[in-house]
Amino acid sequence: RDFNERCAQCSEVNWGLTDGGRFYCRSCHNVTERTREVVNTDFITNSRVQTISKGSRKQEKNDGGCEWYICEGFQLVLKKQVEALEALGVCPQMKDEILCNFWRCYLQKSKQAYCKRPAGETIKALSVCESSTDVDSDPERPSLLHLLSLSESEGDLQTDCSFASSASKVSESTSVYSGSVDGSLYLMKNQKEKLNMTMPMTLSFCYMALLWVREPITLSELLRFVVEGHIPYLNVFQHFPEKMKLCGLDLKIFCVESWPVYEEVFNKMHELAAFLDLPRFPDITESCFLHPDMLCMKYLMEANLPDELHNWTCRVVKKIGIGEVDFLTLMPGNKSTRKVKYDVLAAAVIVVVLKLLFLLDDHYEWLLSELAEERNKNNTEGGPYFEFKKWYEVVKHSLDVEQKKLDEERAKYLWRCEKPLFYSVKNKSKVLKRRQMVVNLQNQFGKLSGSVQRAEKPNPSSFQLSWSEENTDGSCFHGHSLKGILQEKCGVLTAMNPDYWLCTVKLCNEKLCGHLAHYREVEFPQSYHFVLGLFSFLLRVQPSYIHDEVCMIEHKLFNKKLCKKLKYNTVLRK
Amino acid sequence: SSNEHKLNFKKSKEACLSYIQDALLQKQWKRAAEFLTCYVESLEKDYSREHIGPSEMIWRIGTEILRHHSQNSMKEFNCFMEQMKTLGVKRYLKVCLEHVFHLLCNGQIDEAYQNLSLAESWRFGEQTAIQDKEMKLIQAYRGLLDYYSWSKQKNILLEHGEDGFSDLAVEQEMHGYFRKAAVNLKEIIKIPGVWDIFVKCYVDLLEFYGDHNEAHQVLNEYAYNSKFPANPNAHVYLYQFLKRQGESKKSLISALKILHDIVPSHELMIDFNTMLQKSKKRKKRRLGLEVIFAALDYAGWKENAKAWSCLARQVKQIVISEKHLDWIKQEWNSRKDWWPAFHFSRYLAKRNWQENKSLSYEKALVAGILLGKDCKYFKYVSHQGCKAQLKRFRILKKFVNRHNPVCLRISG
Repeated sequence: RDFNERCAQCSEVNWGLTDGGRFYCRSCHNVTERTREVVNTDFITNSRVQTISKGSRKQEKNDGGCEWYICEGFQLVLKKQVEALEALGVCPQMKDEILCNFWRCYLQKSKQAYCKRPAGETIKALSVCESSTDVDSDPERPSLLHLLSLSESEGDLQTDCSFASSASKVSESTSVYSGSVDGSLYLMKNQKEKLNMTMPMTLSFCYMALLWVREPITLSELLRFVVEGHIPYLNVFQHFPEKMKLCGLDLKIFCVESWPVYEEVFNKMHELAAFLDLPRFPDITESCFLHPDMLCMKYLMEANLPDELHNWTCRVVKKIGIGEVDFLTLMPGNKSTRKVKYDVLAAAVIVVVLKLLFLLDDHYEWLLSELAEERNKNNTEGGPYFEFKKWYEVVKHSLDVEQKKLDEERAKYLWRCEKPLFYSVKNKSKVLKRRQMVVNLQNQFGKLSGSVQRAEKPNPSSFQLSWSEENTDGSCFHGHSLKGILQEKCGVLTAMNPDYWLCTVKLCNEKLCGHLAHYREVEFPQSYHFVLGLFSFLLRVQPSYIHDEVCMIEHKLFNKKLCKKLKYNTVLRK
Repeated sequence: SSNEHKLNFKKSKEACLSYIQDALLQKQWKRAAEFLTCYVESLEKDYSREHIGPSEMIWRIGTEILRHHSQNSMKEFNCFMEQMKTLGVKRYLKVCLEHVFHLLCNGQIDEAYQNLSLAESWRFGEQTAIQDKEMKLIQAYRGLLDYYSWSKQKNILLEHGEDGFSDLAVEQEMHGYFRKAAVNLKEIIKIPGVWDIFVKCYVDLLEFYGDHNEAHQVLNEYAYNSKFPANPNAHVYLYQFLKRQGESKKSLISALKILHDIVPSHELMIDFNTMLQKSKKRKKRRLGLEVIFAALDYAGWKENAKAWSCLARQVKQIVISEKHLDWIKQEWNSRKDWWPAFHFSRYLAKRNWQENKSLSYEKALVAGILLGKDCKYFKYVSHQGCKAQLKRFRILKKFVNRHNPVCLRISG
């Protein structure tokens, strides 16, 4: 992999190793005569690829462990995650090209690898520099940081980098506190400058890669898949190879005891993009899944709202310019543009449209519903008119059922796994005994739970609520018409509702308090709260999060009127 | 602030616990077991700062579920308890005790005894000293089981004795149990506490072997030592013992005095009043009146004919002698506002007459004296009684009419 010669056949530099230890070109499968000498195959589980390790890395500790670095651990985590994404149908380039490059870039920028001797560090990072070969081709190889032995042409690089020899000094003093070599130092480092890796940050990496490739997975979906167990996160360390012993401070880094929060992952991702000095991301255009028009369509379906509402969402999107490529595409490091939360934004647009058409003041929407009901009686042609009341009843019922299931699932989460964790070798036996007792008790009471089996992981699905038009009970509202609540004016169908109320007259300064507005349920109408709650459930974020976006959209929409009437009534005439 | 909503291990387990609690309250044992299965992994986390840790939670919840769950077997339960014993050394003896109680409730006396013996031999550094109280309890319960064995042997002996057999082996065994029981029972009752069953058994042993002095002393201690919590039963036991021993009325009365103070509604108040009424001492008779009035303040005594007859006898006697009318007046003073409605309503008159003629007779007498001949109760009952041509009611009517002026002085 440090073999930088161009392939004789295709001039690419993209090497791998055959079973026989020969180099072969990945692009054209040309096998060379160059071979590698295998010195050490101890902890190599993948026999396809073998490499040499030079340097004074201690192979065997007392417990059969080896030295490993924190970022190696994270590399493994990322690898697992991206493989899971691949299994979900994400394009394979994401792993081999995108994420891998992002990761390498990160290691370089944070001076953990791929650089010359960084100043002021006890542990020197080491490795070869730019190589276009695929780093991740060797999945089980724990060490990335070792100096791999080289062909003669690269011999001089060795002198520039240090080895584990200096690291071993550190490991002696820190081995008590962490299984990894640099666990304690990792935690002590100043977070701001270096942007150290954390478990939530692995998801930021994933999201960043997904965004780059413009995969049809939103951040809220990604996080939901994580919680549902489709993407490794909770106990990923159990997939670390045996030799990578985890203990002490490593636990603080790799053991997760809470589910990642949207805001955290989102903000970190942007921080990361800026840190890596990434260029402008690929454009988000109208045909992209992440475009508000597309996402609105999806969420309208999921919320069981009429398809006709899509016209309205598109109009709002167009009017306030949030469908523009420049608005949607990410420019890392650009502090002036607002960072776009595609999913929350789309949900907020729908909320605004509902407010436009139904007012949602706990009064008007019901009147309108009665009116639609009346009209429905005389309605002979086409589909039925949409009645807010019916929709509310159907959706609320389903939502309550799903929410209840979700709450129970959350109470039943199992956080621990088979792999035991202990802070020090001293309490290892205690930990193992406890584990055994837990397993016994689980068996005993599991039997008493009756025939209730723990449900198998549900297949990952993009839709949490689904409504079928084939249901004859009228519980699907997709095909319903909005004519029941619209009126004709000058040949154009407009909303009957002439009013609108703003969620907030003045937006907060986001930089100061972190939010645009502060949502308190008691201050707003029940219907509004219900609608927020619906999307809050679908996106697994707090209602206030969506409320912020709604405020932002409203202020864009009513910008002119606001400038005039800022101090006066909060109810505007459209 | 968004982190407040973060779902983490702690919150997840808290939610789990509240689901368990709901299920327990609704007696949904399967559901409780389901959630408990998810909760047990809390054991692997450090909760040393919390007031009640997961190990204690699991012990208590698990015990509840296993007790009630239909599928449960003693074997499962025992297995569970053994695990709980290893979980918290600070609770070891407590868990042992609860296990023993459960075994006893299920009739497994021998297993209970074995567990007690095992627990007794437990030693664990300074914990042994810290859990000294629990250890005493364990020894006491073993003593109790020894007592039951003794009791069984005693009965066998008595049977054989009737048949003319003398069984030396049984007798020796019996004495052996006595010694073991006595040693432990004696120890526990030294510690201030409520030890009714231990005291009773110990006294029983002592009486059988003729050590009445010791028995008396034990009961005295139990009743009168101020370090012990106020316990009505202590006085009851003492009284019963003294009665068995044929002690003087004076000592019997003094034994019941504190019982009256603590529990004026106790059933022994009838005996107490009877003894007091007959006393030659004025103070005692005065006390007797107080005692019987106090007892009848309680709803549980409303229909107790015996109590009413005691009161009736005493007030009748006072009215006839016309001495100490002020006694009645004093007692009646605090009761005249509510006793009429409580005891002497027209509704009660009807009901008492229908259900219990003797009761209505006694009550009518008291009512007639306290409230005069014109009171509802007396009028109704005496009228009914005369109508039914029952002799005593006629006599009653005459009596009250004759003594009406006296009665008016009371109610005035």
